[in-house]
Amino acid sequence: MTDHEFSARGVSVGYGDRPVIGGLDLQVPAHRVGAIIGPNGCGKSTLLRTLSRQLRPSAGAVLLDGRAIHSMPTREVAKVLGLLPQSPTCPEGIVVEDLVSRGRTPHRGSFGRWTSADDEAIALALEETGTAELAERPVDELSGGQRQRVWIAMALAQQTDLLLLDEPTTFLDLAYQIDVLELLVRLNESRGTTIVMVLHDINLAARYCDWLAAMRDGTVRARGGPREVVDVETVREVFDLETVVIDDPVSGAPLVVPRGRAGRSAGERTAAREVPA
Amino acid sequence: MSTGTLYAPRPVPGHDRELGAAGRSVRSRRRRRQLRWNLVVAGLALLVAALFLLSLCIGERTYSIAEVVQVIAGQHVPGASFGVGVLRLPRACGAVLAGAAFGVVGTCFQVLLRNTLASPDIIGVTAGANTAAVAGIILFGLSGLALTGLAVAGGLVTAVAIALLAWQGSGATSRLILVGIAAASMFDAATLWIMTRGSQWDIQAASRWLTGSLNGLSWASLAPLIGALLVGLPLVGLMSRQLGNLQLGDDVASGLGVRVSLTRAAIMLIGVVVLAAATATTGPIAFVSLLCGPIALNLVGAGHSSLLPAALVGAAMVLASDFIAAHLLLRSYPVGVVTGILGGLYLIVLLIRMGRRTRGSA
Repeated sequence: MTDHEFSARGVSVGYGDRPVIGGLDLQVPAHRVGAIIGPNGCGKSTLLRTLSRQLRPSAGAVLLDGRAIHSMPTREVAKVLGLLPQSPTCPEGIVVEDLVSRGRTPHRGSFGRWTSADDEAIALALEETGTAELAERPVDELSGGQRQRVWIAMALAQQTDLLLLDEPTTFLDLAYQIDVLELLVRLNESRGTTIVMVLHDINLAARYCDWLAAMRDGTVRARGGPREVVDVETVREVFDLETVVIDDPVSGAPLVVPRGRAGRSAGERTAAREVPA
Repeated sequence: MSTGTLYAPRPVPGHDRELGAAGRSVRSRRRRRQLRWNLVVAGLALLVAALFLLSLCIGERTYSIAEVVQVIAGQHVPGASFGVGVLRLPRACGAVLAGAAFGVVGTCFQVLLRNTLASPDIIGVTAGANTAAVAGIILFGLSGLALTGLAVAGGLVTAVAIALLAWQGSGATSRLILVGIAAASMFDAATLWIMTRGSQWDIQAASRWLTGSLNGLSWASLAPLIGALLVGLPLVGLMSRQLGNLQLGDDVASGLGVRVSLTRAAIMLIGVVVLAAATATTGPIAFVSLLCGPIALNLVGAGHSSLLPAALVGAAMVLASDFIAAHLLLRSYPVGVVTGILGGLYLIVLLIRMGRRTRGSA
């Protein structure tokens, strides 16, 4: 496990003429779990896609150990930096183990044969994600949560020191969301993998991440540990939402409880109806 | 930050290390799946060889396998040297080469565009090459390399035009297929119009060619196709792993270190050239490029390279269809008649199955 320096320096990105991110700096701490949060359209997925070289910045650079990743050979980057996008395509009928094996691509090249290192990496990835017993099942027959574990296993088989994930919990029900995040934290602890993900749920992000970056309108408005980022002022600034921040009774992390912008909650409405006039 | 003791040591992969139990079972399961691929390829290769010999032996006069082998080995056998060596051998080789070309290119398109319907037959590339070739035959009296060149140009221009028309910032395949179908209809109309300009004899030649026919193939007429395949197939083979990873979506593929745009452009370019060369040689043998990919994929199983199997399926399909068309029907027909019927039936089955799946998941 090497300590990689990974950062965005003055990065600007846009689709066509429309700028989405302007002059953004972000230092990714090694061996930590971090999340980029923010409202829809704030540019968080665009940032992740730029960090993972899917998008080329119009200005600035994403630096990996001092080199701009957009000018490095893509296979070399792929040995250090893994990516799980939001909606990967699964070939119809492919079995779990074959999909996970694809993670070995950057290590094998166009003609490399399977080595024991490949077999070991695949076995380890299956084991760590709890998908070993699904090895020969077709991926499209699995549940959403199992499928997400398989995709994570593929990224793990790639054995990169950095792993970027774009909303890994979207479309999963709550139990699976917890499942996936705990899996990622465990991997961080056992392998020391640096993890950066885009997360929708600010409470889950605060609970599982070492650092958060809150974005709005293409810039990072707040960055630091959950305690530093998740407070009433920042949430108001970033999400335009009045909230109360309490301590999560389970993890002790900050927990955001929205007040709502207008009107009252269902509980308050019921209480109001029950009060005699 | 130092990580000396913070994290459990990760097993350092090495070639010399003994595999753990889990690693061994990964390896044995993969070898079992690999065995299936090997068996499928070997079986298909045998089938192609058998059909090849069959089509050399049987015809208006039947020769023994011994005689055929002697001719192939270059010995002079009275009668057989002409009947087999000059007439049947180029035809059988043409069937194998064109079948392999259609099979590989069709599979490449289907994989790249992630859609079973995205074969060059359907999305207009073949139709563009046809129009150019028919114009070459009727308007300019071309043949041989010049005709191939014109068909290649027609196919390339069509592919680029369709891609540009369908392009909307990202590659939505359903849009590309619809644009392609529209383009195919327009090119078919243009082809018909050009044919009405032609003389009686040219029209006959062009229409026999349009059905897809192996009649009258000679070594000289096969040369452009052989050249295109010799260059194209190794290049596609070189990229087959990247092609397989493109199935996972552009983002995953590039995350795995695949140069997505380069791979896609290169395979498309090679595909169109090989396809057009085959089309110029034998005519568009209907539906072969649509059928081979799915058949090959069913045989080897999802997630495994289906390029080589598809080439063999294509070769076997064209050989068998030509044999049926030439010998087993009441009179001799061009090979495209048989593949056309096969392909039509397959499309109907595909549509029924797709309909069931949509209803099933709804």
